[in-house]
Amino acid sequence: MNLSLPHLTTDARAIVYRLFILGLMCFTLSLVSDAFLTLNNVLNVLRQASLLFLLASGLTLVVLTAGLDLSIGANVAMSACLAGSVMKATGSPLLGVLVGLGCGTLIGLINGYFVAFLRVPPFIATYGMLWILHGLTYWFMDGQTIYGFPKEFRVIGSGYWFGIPVPIYLMLVFFAIGSVFITRTNYGHEIYAIGANANMAHLSGVPVKRRLVLVYVVSGAMAGLASLVFLARLNSAEGDIGEALTLPAIAAVLIGGTSLFGGVGTLSGTLVGAIILTLVLNAMNLLTISANWQPLVMGSIVILAVFLDTILRKRMGSR
Amino acid sequence: MTKALRIPGAAWVFFGLVLTFSFLSSGFLTAGNWNNIILQSTLLLLLALPMTLIIMTEGLDLSMGALLTLCGVVMASIAVMTGSFWLALLSALGVGLIFGIANGLLIAKLGIPPFVATLGTMGAAQGLALVVTDGRSVVGIGELIPLAYSGLFLGIPIPMWLAVIAYSGFHFLLYHTKFGTYVFALGGNREALKLAGVRVNLYLVGVYVLGGLMAGVGALLMTARMNSGHPTAAIGMEFDAIAAVAVGGTSFERGNGWLFGTVLGVLSVGVLRNGLNLVGVHSSIQVAAIGILVLLALLIDALKVKA
Repeated sequence: MNLSLPHLTTDARAIVYRLFILGLMCFTLSLVSDAFLTLNNVLNVLRQASLLFLLASGLTLVVLTAGLDLSIGANVAMSACLAGSVMKATGSPLLGVLVGLGCGTLIGLINGYFVAFLRVPPFIATYGMLWILHGLTYWFMDGQTIYGFPKEFRVIGSGYWFGIPVPIYLMLVFFAIGSVFITRTNYGHEIYAIGANANMAHLSGVPVKRRLVLVYVVSGAMAGLASLVFLARLNSAEGDIGEALTLPAIAAVLIGGTSLFGGVGTLSGTLVGAIILTLVLNAMNLLTISANWQPLVMGSIVILAVFLDTILRKRMGSR
Repeated sequence: MTKALRIPGAAWVFFGLVLTFSFLSSGFLTAGNWNNIILQSTLLLLLALPMTLIIMTEGLDLSMGALLTLCGVVMASIAVMTGSFWLALLSALGVGLIFGIANGLLIAKLGIPPFVATLGTMGAAQGLALVVTDGRSVVGIGELIPLAYSGLFLGIPIPMWLAVIAYSGFHFLLYHTKFGTYVFALGGNREALKLAGVRVNLYLVGVYVLGGLMAGVGALLMTARMNSGHPTAAIGMEFDAIAAVAVGGTSFERGNGWLFGTVLGVLSVGVLRNGLNLVGVHSSIQVAAIGILVLLALLIDALKVKA
């Protein structure tokens, strides 16, 4: 891998490679479709990417600890449906936002408790949570669709400031906060340490259990936030609202270079990963490929990303 | 000794559920209803048996439900196209085999964590099922396939035969063959197995191949029952299988498992769904209830380890 850019750190080099892939995709897409390089489409892609990034950023923290949160899509569904219902019932956007964020955070807390304190394998605990949430949400919605939310609320999903969609600001703000959090605070360093070797981290005085709960709470809260952005953009909610987001979010994290084995990864990688994944979805749209192909494409990307990660790790290990 | 300790767990859940629902619903403890429960549980058992082995190797197969769906629509499509029962069955088994091998290779050869590898193949299978059918049901599968669910052999329903044969086969495989011994060791003591010169990867792939093949067999029962193929028919079915294994007392991290516990787990899931149905609980809540059942089983498992 030392064919170029020798003066950059591994992390920076990883980002440069991914940006290169991103550039290549953009170039190809602009050749294939005239509609791609229009301002509208680019803003549209970034707006979609922001939703994916909000979800994937919280998930990145979880994956950094060598965990996984399979419940984020179902979490989005439940948070969005509860927030939407509360807003319809009370007419108060503030109450809706609080309920959405609160629901997401609470789910994260329960996940964290199971993983950290009961030592249930993360993928099992969050997979169980997925189906519990799925069932409760479908029961709660009973096949109904709710729609038509207050204007002030819809701004966070479909509003514009200075010609740029509001979700993009949200993405940038949370990217900044998240980056500072994981690279410049003790919390961040401890999260990396847990992922690299939880036993060592414990022995060197890291409160492993509390930090694990923290990352699942953050992941849940970000799912709650993403649900609000999603709800505000669609201006409607039904039981299956967030289901299709789990695989793309996981794929974004993995494409972004965060290792499933923990301890390695960056938030900027996830940002680029979210944009790449959105481009894939956008390209399928522009090329009018049926949405039926989506799970197949996403599944393949997940496998490919982990495959590359495993190969790189093996190569690093054998050096 | 450990076996004796585990018997109460699964049996306790099972009898607890039976007791609860016999109080809640008068129609529950009837011969007709139990016939129903057992008949409907046969499909889940076909999946839960290989899932037990997979989980014993500290693995997981999230793709099973989607694969069952894919095998179902492939079976139905081939049956519509050729009108041949055997060709339809063979193609379903073939699809199952291919996905089983793919899962196994991704996990054993490439070292990808099972839950992610099978999450990926789950997407692939689900996507293929949608693409193959263009999102529509496949109908007109002929008269032979439905017999696999409604037919009788020596007065006993064919699904029962399939379930008994599958259980006997897995029991023999797990407790009376070298393969079974290695499955136990793959979970608890993989390094030692490697050092002893056993071709670990081969056996690990074998376990996932069993999962794929059983999804193919299960597809026969499912397609027969629905008399059609549907591209979202069994989405999430793997969770019922995981629930059955978890309730049955097989542990996710220590490589110990108990095959008969899985039977009790399958019946517990069946009783839970049936009972909630009789009481008139929304089918969505049934899904949530099974999720809670799993978390409870894990909670008990976690507390046992602590004790």
